Formats: sequence, structure tokens, C-alpha cells
Amino acid sequence: MNGYSFSLCGADLVALPQRALWWPDQSLLCVSDLHLGKSERAARRGGPSLPPYETTDTLARLETLLMESEAQTVICLGDSFDDPAAAAALPDKEKARIEQMMQGRRWIWIEGNHDPLPTGFSRDHLAEITLGGLSFCHIARPGAVGEISGHYHPKAGLRGIQRPAFLVDQNRLILPAFGTYTGGLRSSGPVLSALMHPKALAILTGAQALPMPMPR
Amino acid sequence: MTRLPDVLTSWFTTRDWSLHPHQQEMLIRAQAPATLLIAPTGGGKTMAGFLPSLADLADGSHQGLHTLYISPLKALAADIKRNLRTPVEEMGLPIRIEDRTGDTPQSRRRRQRADPPHILLTTPESLALLTSYEDVARTFKGLQRIVIDEIHALAESKRGDQLMLAISRLQALCPDLCRVGLSATVENPQAIAHYLARYPDPCQIVQADPGPAPDIKMLETAEAPPWAGGGAAHAIPAVLAQIKAHKTTLIFHNTRAQAEIFFRNLWLANDAGLPIGIHHGSLDRTQRERVEAAMQRGELRAVVCTGSLDLGIDWGDVDLVIQIGAPKNVKRLVQRIGRANHRYNAPSKALLVPANRFEVVECHAALEAVRAGDLDASPAATGPRDVLCQHILIRACAGEFAAEELYREVITAGGYAALSRKDFDACLEFCATGGYALQRYDQWQRLLQRPDGNWQLRDPRATQRIRMNLGTIQDADLLKVRLKRARGGRPLGEIEEAFAATLTPGDSFLIGGQVVRYESLRDMTVEVSRTPGRKPKIAVFSGSKFATSTELCDRILQIFAQPDWANLPPHTADWLHLQRQVSELPRPGHLLIESFPHDGRAYSCLYGFAGRNAQQTLGLLLTKRMEELGLDPLGFVATDYATLIWGLEPILDPAPLLNIPDLRAGLEGWLAGNAVMKRAFRGAATIAGLIDRNTPGQRKNGRQATFSSDILYDTLRKYDPDHLLLDITREEALRGLVDFGRIEEMVQRIQGKVTLRRLDRISPLAAPMLLEMGKVPVKGAGAEKLLLQETQALMAQSGLGDLT
Repeated sequence: MNGYSFSLCGADLVALPQRALWWPDQSLLCVSDLHLGKSERAARRGGPSLPPYETTDTLARLETLLMESEAQTVICLGDSFDDPAAAAALPDKEKARIEQMMQGRRWIWIEGNHDPLPTGFSRDHLAEITLGGLSFCHIARPGAVGEISGHYHPKAGLRGIQRPAFLVDQNRLILPAFGTYTGGLRSSGPVLSALMHPKALAILTGAQALPMPMPR
Repeated sequence: MTRLPDVLTSWFTTRDWSLHPHQQEMLIRAQAPATLLIAPTGGGKTMAGFLPSLADLADGSHQGLHTLYISPLKALAADIKRNLRTPVEEMGLPIRIEDRTGDTPQSRRRRQRADPPHILLTTPESLALLTSYEDVARTFKGLQRIVIDEIHALAESKRGDQLMLAISRLQALCPDLCRVGLSATVENPQAIAHYLARYPDPCQIVQADPGPAPDIKMLETAEAPPWAGGGAAHAIPAVLAQIKAHKTTLIFHNTRAQAEIFFRNLWLANDAGLPIGIHHGSLDRTQRERVEAAMQRGELRAVVCTGSLDLGIDWGDVDLVIQIGAPKNVKRLVQRIGRANHRYNAPSKALLVPANRFEVVECHAALEAVRAGDLDASPAATGPRDVLCQHILIRACAGEFAAEELYREVITAGGYAALSRKDFDACLEFCATGGYALQRYDQWQRLLQRPDGNWQLRDPRATQRIRMNLGTIQDADLLKVRLKRARGGRPLGEIEEAFAATLTPGDSFLIGGQVVRYESLRDMTVEVSRTPGRKPKIAVFSGSKFATSTELCDRILQIFAQPDWANLPPHTADWLHLQRQVSELPRPGHLLIESFPHDGRAYSCLYGFAGRNAQQTLGLLLTKRMEELGLDPLGFVATDYATLIWGLEPILDPAPLLNIPDLRAGLEGWLAGNAVMKRAFRGAATIAGLIDRNTPGQRKNGRQATFSSDILYDTLRKYDPDHLLLDITREEALRGLVDFGRIEEMVQRIQGKVTLRRLDRISPLAAPMLLEMGKVPVKGAGAEKLLLQETQALMAQSGLGDLT
């Protein structure tokens, strides 16, 4: 898998330009903030009827990554569904696609603020899991070491170009959102600037994975 | 005819005033269903519009709302309220006059709906909001007249389309409603009349005496204008001298950025300390109001301004109008000139200041056009469907409706007269279900069809969301600028988010005439500090740029065709002679292409005279074709007249590049992914209600809740390419930012008559283009490589590259 290789607390990781994390030694693929069913939830709550294609698109991109990586373990870092009702309301076809992907591999759903409860897909639905010395959870905790999280949908860039980005320092990694309909929070904002070490990197995603000093 | 009651007549007599003929005419036609009055500024236009209302209301018998006055500007509504209340109070008439805009307090707005005044002064958006309430019929009960001020300005925008749809609703509620339009001089009054009247009602046009011809000249400056740029710094001493010689001067600019730069230069040269202000749409409201008030008190000797002062607010004794930069459009120039000398029978005095050598020719062409009374025609546009979608949602807020009935109403608006039922139904379907090929929202439709066939909102709470997002003005991407202080500093104005994104802490820029330093972005507010005396590092924030009209382009080509240019300043005439000597001047009916080496690159300059937007599109399309042909283009820059392209290989055969079907194919395929289309989509999607600009209880900090409209655009293109909004986007872009119509027009005009001039060096006409701002790099693999290099450099500099 081509991407930007780096190490976090002794683990050799690859930030993929497709907004996913690859851990070769564990054959582990990690994605965050899929927000499946987002358009359905918006419509249900009286909002605009967004083009109802984001779940298809998100799943298609995830399928491609699974095919290429042949990952044995998948971790979805929370906010996998836009809310529990959105998970239940997914069309059967899309539910079947998810079940299909889960076949034959370990699949861990981490709970997020949008999906705090187990959904119909849950076998492992956990607040947090520790694997190979790294802990996976939805929201980063100040002071944690060896922690991989999501939640913030970080983005970064330069010269007016902003892209979803991984943020990494010696203690933690924050993943960009993988879902198709997800916005971003600039790394330069107060929350992310306070959370990340002054020497943190932002790894831009897109056509290639590009590391740069984290804009703050 | 409506007779003028005695109280009005005697009030006129005591002031020694008599009615203008067009004011008489408006009284005679008081009962006509639609009348368009065309009168110059200062011609008592507003009084002419209100006289029949005052006459009707004088006896105090009318109950409820009688006259609705619509203005494109809040400030204009407030101004008219003042100007109308004074005579009404002096005559002691029992008439209640109030305004209602976004600034009106909530409590008064609620009261106005239950107990409206006799005359309500408002804006298109506030009116649309009024029609969204369930009590709309009660609020407008008894309404007799609607007066639309500055209708020529509204007729060119979606705000006007929204207004005419709202009026179609009012007309259904009040069938005898009479419509009056007040307009400045326009080329095609018939088009405005069609726009104003209930289709297919006739609409009489009343023409006021246009008054004496304006006194308009080019400003003579000691220094010749520069070759390129829009700053007009060379003219500062001459402009200051003019300000000193006049009572009050308005100095118009085409863009806000130019106004800022000019104001700063003017201020630095203002040794006499003349009171001079600046006014444009990006400045904070309190700042603008301060300038407006000082202006009305006659305290300012000059105001540097943009189109925000274009409309008919009475600024007191303006005796000179200066236009900096070529006016791009004759009609706008005439309206600006009209701002000088508000007395009816005195000629307006105006000076044109070309900002560069080419604009000398352009200003000259504009002068000739004004003298000939030759105004640019506005294209007769059909009513945009995104506005219709919003209208349907607004209608649904006011209660259930029948589709057939609403369709009948909508097609009485001139712009929508040709709308087919099928197109209407597609818009209704979009509002109800999103209109997707994949049916997903059966359960959560926005609009539901009831068993009796009528439509209604599924969730009544949606009204709040729809009302919050009402309107057609695109200001979603503006960020407030504030001075950084412990407790929220003074607001200075607004800048575009795209501009803010290019700033890094420490960058300085101009706003409100002062140089500020960018500190940080917090809570969607740009925080800045003052940096006195520093030269701004980045002077320009992007703003709308007008494209030069077809009429002016034609006149410039005619000037080029003259054997010599005794009527132009020598510096400009010499320049044109030199061009004729080493190459040739562009001719009507021909396309001139110059091809020359410069600085190690192969340059080509196409003089299409199609206006800035079309020349820009031409640059995008041609570089795409050149890439296919292996000519390795690297970038281009466009002006109103020409596109200059540079690359590794010269253009030797232009014919295969200028084939309309190929250009069109490029438009469909490649341009679809371009930022221009995405911008058009964002506009259409916001107006049609697919994207909320504001959501109830919106979080102040962070934007993770929202996501870019570009994602929606890409998703629709991938999964639902025939969707209504993509169709609307294409239509908009083709006639707006992309302006493909003018490229087609150009290709037809030249009929294959292309002259390719191969020169051994850059030509006099092309040289200034190298200095133009806004060079467009040809993106793709190259841009990605550049990003890689830059991030690598940053990694190396910071030493972070060695850490991992």
C-alpha cells in the first residue's frame, strides 16, 4: 500500500492518501468517521434532501481498500453511522455490502458520539481497544500516549488548498474522516493546535500522501 | 385620473413647486395595472411613484396596507422613509409610513404583520419572508399599489426574479393590485416592462424628460497612465485638484480592492487634510453608516466608493462624479454620472480616469457611446429555476397549496412566462424528494402530497430552516474582519473566505482604508491588528469583476480601425501606431493571433474582444486543446480583449483550436470539473435549498458539521448526472461566469477569418498583458508536483523530515 510511512511509539504505520491508515505488521486497516446514512438523517430531521449516494460511495472506496490490502483486521474509529437510526435505515443492499466486507476478517466498531450504541452490525462494539501497544478510540484524550483517534475530521494545507489530513506527533495520531459527506476542521484551530505537539506533522491526503509541518 | 387633493396642491403651491409632466402622467395612470416610469436621477421619480398613493390615502378612510414600496437597498428604503415622512407630516396627512428590512427589530416586524402601516417600505428578501407566513392574506388585505424602485437594477439579478415571484403571489391575493416600476434610463424599456407587468398584461411606459446631456470628459493628467494595472496612482494629484475645485465628489471604482488601494494613495497625498471617506459593500455596516451620515450632513469633500453607492440614495450636493478605470458598461456609467447634480435641469458633470493605456481607448469608446446615447442591452434572461425552487418552499411555509394553482401564478411573472409545466413539476419534485434518480426519501420527503392532491411540508418545523435560508444573495463565504482585542474588537468589514485562506499570520492587507495585519482566524472571524505606515503585503482581496460589454468592445474595434488617433492623447496614439507598424491592430470580423517567443517560452495572444469571462474560458479551453495537441501550455492570463497563453511549443495552426464543437466538447467534459462550475453549483444549490447557509442552533466554532458543496457536486456528477441542479448549474455557468455565448458569438463573427502573425518579439499591444494580475497556471500533474516540492521544502526547513 503506497502512502507516507512513519512510526508511532514503535509501530510502523502507513498513512494512505485514500484517508485510511494501514498497519502492515498487524495486517490492520483503520478508518474513521464514515458517517454512513448521513443524507437519510438530514432528510429525516427536516433538512435538505442531499444526494443519497454517499453511503454507496463510501462503501465502494472501502471495498477497494480491503481488496488491495487484504486486511485481516479492520477498525472503524467511531461515527461509522450518522446516528443509530441511520444505521437501521440503510437499504438492504448496503447492509449486505457491509456484511460482505466483514466476512472472514476481524472487524471492530469503536463507538463514537454519533453512534454510541451497538448497531445491527456489531460483533465487537467497543469504547476502546488496545492492539500491539496502540490504543484506538474515537476522541483523543489530552496526555494519552500511543493513541489513534478520529472525531475531528482534521484538514490542512497551504496556499488556499485545504485537504483532509492525518495529524501525527510522537504520542498520537488523528485520522481524517473517511465518509464522503464529511467536512473538515482546520488543524490551525485552537482545539487541534492545543492537542498536538508543536512539532506535529499534517499528512495531506488526495492524489498522494504529503507530509508537512502541521499548520497552526 | 386621480385628482390631487387640495391639501397636496396647496403644499406644492406654498413651496412654489409644480408637478413635472411625468408626475402628472403617473396620476392619470393611477389605476392602470402596470406602468413603467423612466426618469433620470433627480427627476422626482420617487414622488411620481408615491403621488397617487398619497392622493388616495389623504382622506384617512383606507384601512390596512395600501402601498408596498420595494427597494434593492435597505439604506434606500430608510432614505425614502425620511424623504416621504417630511412632506406627509407637513401636510398633516393621516398616513402611517414604516420600513421593514433585516435590521428591523423582531417585535416591530411581528406587529407589522398583524397591523401593517399604510405604506410599507421594504426589500425583496423581506417581502419574500412576509409571504412565507400563514397570515399573508391578512397582512396584505387591501393592498392597492406596489412601487418597485430601481427596477432596472433588480431586473438583472435573481433578487428581481424572487421579487416578481413574490408579487405573483400578492397579485393572486389582491387581484386589483397596480404595479409601478421606477427605472433609470435603459436601452430596452420594453424588456423591463415585460418583466414588471403581470403576464400577459400590457404595461405603459412613461418617459420623463431626460434633462440636459451630461458634461463628461477624460481627466487630463500630467503623467501618462501606466501600461497595465487598475490602481490609477498616476492620477492622484489631478483627482485631488478636482476634489478641491468642487463641493462634493464621488469617486467610483469597479472593484472594492481598487477602491481600497486608491483611497490609501489618496489619503497619503492628502496634504490639505480634506475630509474624504470610503464606502463599499465589504465594509462593516456601522462604518458605512458613518460615511453616509457625514455625507448627508455635507461634511465630506469626497467619497471613494464602488457600486454600493450606485443606486438612487440622495447624498446631497454631489457636483462631480469621477470614474476610475474603464466603466466596462455604458449603462452603469450613465447611472453613475447621474449621481452628480441632483437638480433636474443642470447637466451632470463627470470625469473618466483611465487606469492604464488600454483603458484610454476604452474610456474614449465609452464617452462616444454616452454622447450617442448608445446603451448596452441587457440580455433577456429567462427566470432561473433555483429561485423558483426557493419560491415553492416559501409557498409551502405559508400553508398547503395546489400545484396547478401555483404554476398558474408563477407563469404570470414575466421571466417565467415561458416556463413549461414539465419544468415546474421538476422543480416541485426537487423540493419534495430531492428529485434523484435513486428514490430514497419516500419516508422523509420535504413536501408531501395530501390525499386531496395538495402539497404541504412534511415537518412544520422545516419552516424555520427555510426562512433562515431565504434569499438569493450569495454571501455565504464571507468572513468578518475584527480588530483583535481581549473582548471582541471593532468590526472592520468582510473578506471572502477564499482570500482569508491565502493569508498567513503576519500578512498585511487593506480594509476600510487602513493597513491591517492578519493575526488569526477564530470563530469564523478574521482577527487583525493595526500596522500603521506599513505597505500592505497583499493588497487585493478578490471581488466581482465586470466584463466589458459587447457594445463597448465593438466601439473599441472601430477606434482601432481609424487611420490615426488625433482624438486620443499622444502617448496612446503613439502606442497604437507602433502596434500597427510591427504587427497589426485587431479588426472587426477578424481574429488576430500573435505568436512570439519571450523569455524562453512560446507565447500566443488571441484578441477575441469577448469580455473578461469569455476570454478566461477561452484560455481554459484552448490550453486543454493545446495539451491534447502536445503544445505543452504552462499558463495563461485573460483580459476583456485578449487571452495570452504561454507554453513550450508555439501555435502554428490555429484552425484546429477554434472549432466550436471541439470547444463545446471540452466544456462538457473538462470544464465540468472546473472551479467555475463548482462555484455556479454552490450558488444554485444554496438558492434552491439543497445547502443550508444557516441552520438553527448552528455551532459557532468549527465547520465539521458542514462540508463543501464541491463534494455534493462531484457526487451528483458521478451518480446522477442528469439531476436538475446540474442542469441549472450548466445553464448558469454558460451564460454567467463561463460566458460561452460570447465565445460562440466571436467564432461566428470571424467566420474563420483568422490572421496569425508570427513576430520575433512581443508586440506593443500584448506587452501590457504580461503585467496583468490573475495569471492562471494550467493545473494537473504540474500542480501536484509543485505541492510536493513545497511541502518537502517546509519539512526540510523545519527539520521535521529527520525526525521520523
